[in-house]
Amino acid sequence: MIYRKVLFMRVFTAFSFIFAAGLAAQHTYTSGDIEDGALLYRGTCVGCHGPDGNLVPGIDLPHMKLRRASNDDQMIAIIRNGVPGTAMPPSNVTEFQAGTIVAYLHSIGNTAGGAASAGDAARGKAIFEGKGGCTSCHRIRGQGSRSGPDLSDIGAYRRAPEIEKSIVDPDAEILPQNRTVRVVAKDGTATTGRLLNEDTFNVMILDSKDRLVAFPRANLREFTFVDKSPMPSYKDKLSAQEVADVVAYLSGLKSVEVK
Amino acid sequence: MKRALLLLLGVGSLSAQVTFDRIVNAAKEPQNWLTYSGAFGSQRHSSLSQITPANVKNLELQWQYQVRSLEKFEATPLVVDGVMYTVQPPNDVMALDASTGRVFWIYSYTPSSDARPCCGRVNRGLAILGDILFMGTIDAHLIAIDAKSGRPIWNREVAKAASGYALTHAPLVVKDKVIVGTAGGEFGIRGFIAAYDAKTGNEVWRFHNIPEPGEPGHETWKNDGWMHGGGSVWVTGSYDPETNQTFWGIGNPGPDWNGDPRPGDNLYTDSVVALDADSGKLKWYYQFSPHDEFDYDSVQVPVLADMQWKGRARKVMLWANRNGLMYVLDRTTGEFLQGKPFVEVNWMNGFDEKGRPMRVSGKVPTRDGTLIFPGNQGGTNWYSPSYSPRTGLFYIPTWGDYSSIYTKNDVEFEEGRNYGGGRPRGTVNLARAPLNVRKDGEGFGAIRAMDPATGERKWEFKMSDVTDAGILTTDSNLLFSGGREGFFYALDARNGELLWKATLGGPVQSGAITYSVNGRQYISVNAGSSLFAFALRQ
Repeated sequence: MIYRKVLFMRVFTAFSFIFAAGLAAQHTYTSGDIEDGALLYRGTCVGCHGPDGNLVPGIDLPHMKLRRASNDDQMIAIIRNGVPGTAMPPSNVTEFQAGTIVAYLHSIGNTAGGAASAGDAARGKAIFEGKGGCTSCHRIRGQGSRSGPDLSDIGAYRRAPEIEKSIVDPDAEILPQNRTVRVVAKDGTATTGRLLNEDTFNVMILDSKDRLVAFPRANLREFTFVDKSPMPSYKDKLSAQEVADVVAYLSGLKSVEVK
Repeated sequence: MKRALLLLLGVGSLSAQVTFDRIVNAAKEPQNWLTYSGAFGSQRHSSLSQITPANVKNLELQWQYQVRSLEKFEATPLVVDGVMYTVQPPNDVMALDASTGRVFWIYSYTPSSDARPCCGRVNRGLAILGDILFMGTIDAHLIAIDAKSGRPIWNREVAKAASGYALTHAPLVVKDKVIVGTAGGEFGIRGFIAAYDAKTGNEVWRFHNIPEPGEPGHETWKNDGWMHGGGSVWVTGSYDPETNQTFWGIGNPGPDWNGDPRPGDNLYTDSVVALDADSGKLKWYYQFSPHDEFDYDSVQVPVLADMQWKGRARKVMLWANRNGLMYVLDRTTGEFLQGKPFVEVNWMNGFDEKGRPMRVSGKVPTRDGTLIFPGNQGGTNWYSPSYSPRTGLFYIPTWGDYSSIYTKNDVEFEEGRNYGGGRPRGTVNLARAPLNVRKDGEGFGAIRAMDPATGERKWEFKMSDVTDAGILTTDSNLLFSGGREGFFYALDARNGELLWKATLGGPVQSGAITYSVNGRQYISVNAGSSLFAFALRQ
């Protein structure tokens, strides 16, 4: 998960990514560009191609196993124009944005699959529902608490290394939609919960009792973000194998069947 | 491509023609709204005072008109003797009864598919002279339309849409001419401002925003970068009848974020130019952001005010710039009088004696990115500010605590293609409404009331989300504005106290206006895809 702790605090990693762009000039993509490419990929591509880019049969985007493209320029063109007659639609991203998506795909092609490949999903499920106590905050397909993010289809949009990182270092990245806030009413009543929305006059929270609560700002004397994730690190609570098992379980949660 | 859809549903109120003299003296007929900003001084201030701080709580919706478009609705209407004229995006002109919202006619124009606006198929409004309305189109045409029938009178191609040119702002009528400037600063255009004969549509004069060889200012382009130097115009200028000068803000140089292909100050990008309204000759200029690499278009409304300045009466121009600084200039001579930040600014740290900003070393776009305050959308932007002669305060729609990380790339010009040379990375998703979970450090919207004499902030009304809404003030010390959250509200212009608010369901992306019909004052504003009109409960 990505938590942009106000970007001026971000340390830019030292690598940049260069790939050939056919007839066009070579482009350099910074780590920031690749992060943006990741956001675009997750926003527009992940639903069909999956977090690892290999969900469509016969296509593995990070490893350039493609049907209709053999270089980056062609990938960029397909991202922008789609493939008529197939499920691949055109998009309104710019050429540069499409390039960042390709750069992101190359970057994940260069990283290992992570803990998932070493884990056992059945054991992971048992740990998730038992020893790990994960359901006290998270919900999967109708079971568990809603105070943390619902993980019913987490495997459809997060890669195994990202899930693993969230388990062992949950403060590292918190999506904006998962931020925890604390409000105190003028009568002293304090409420902590996940911020779902706010505007100039109202604050809307899913509180720790799974209630959707709206507070008029005029009735509040305090409104603060809780900087740390409410989720504890499982780095020392679970063994490496157990973490791998949980990652394997969660990575397999690809979709929610609605009957 | 072009078709006129005529819905003659009734006969509008009989009105005298809108002469140039009426526009010059717009303040004498506050029941009307005759130009984009209400009058040539562009204060977006009205002397109407039926609605007051005491009774504004009794405002209620009189009518709502839902446009047949889901594109951004940024037009400011004109109101002439009970008839409202506005533009449904992208380029449909409408005449409505200003007291009921019922439509008299619609002129529907279909822009060429060559049009390639950077930022939405927007239109910000119309101009009127006599019985003729004037609209710039997204495919860079200027069209004259009969205000009574909605039929087109003439249609001129101002520039090539396929090359990236567009017209998005409301034209400005001065005497017998219609003045427009070209948008397209992200496509390597060479922007210009031109005047057209209101009767014939023939071009009368043209001012090159990017001077060519032999023209003053060309020396600020050290190579041939001027050929694709940008310098767009996309917000309506102002006019001072006493000096016959018309003032226009000019946009960013191209490429936006990589200044390497264009060494030099790059005049007249990011400048205000004062032009002789008869000839288009340059009288003076002031460049706010020399050699800009942050997309700091100086495309804001030039606000003209007459005020005491250090003990003597002075004709000034107030300017809240996208670069985060609020300026006071002498509008007769262009003399720099004052410049002060109204938001956090880190790209400059003061001015030299001539009013040139002193740059902070290292604050330039880089391959890996450089954090700059304010961010790419600016401390403010095209959203109309307001100056109230009643309070003496200058009100700015503001983005506070807002920054971007600017990166630059290599770029080569290709006609009609984006010519950015980099890009800003936001610290927050700018499209966050209707779900907003931001922190203050990720930017917030505000109305900031500034004392132009000192550059100090008198008060602030803070919003949760950022804002694209302009500001209207009235002689009764009311201020109207809104924001992305869909709120439209009234503040006490003296202290920022919230007096009234309504939820309109969509973002306010224009400035409100006020007018009156049969003695009843209305406040009108766009929000989402609708046009609303409020008046006091009867």
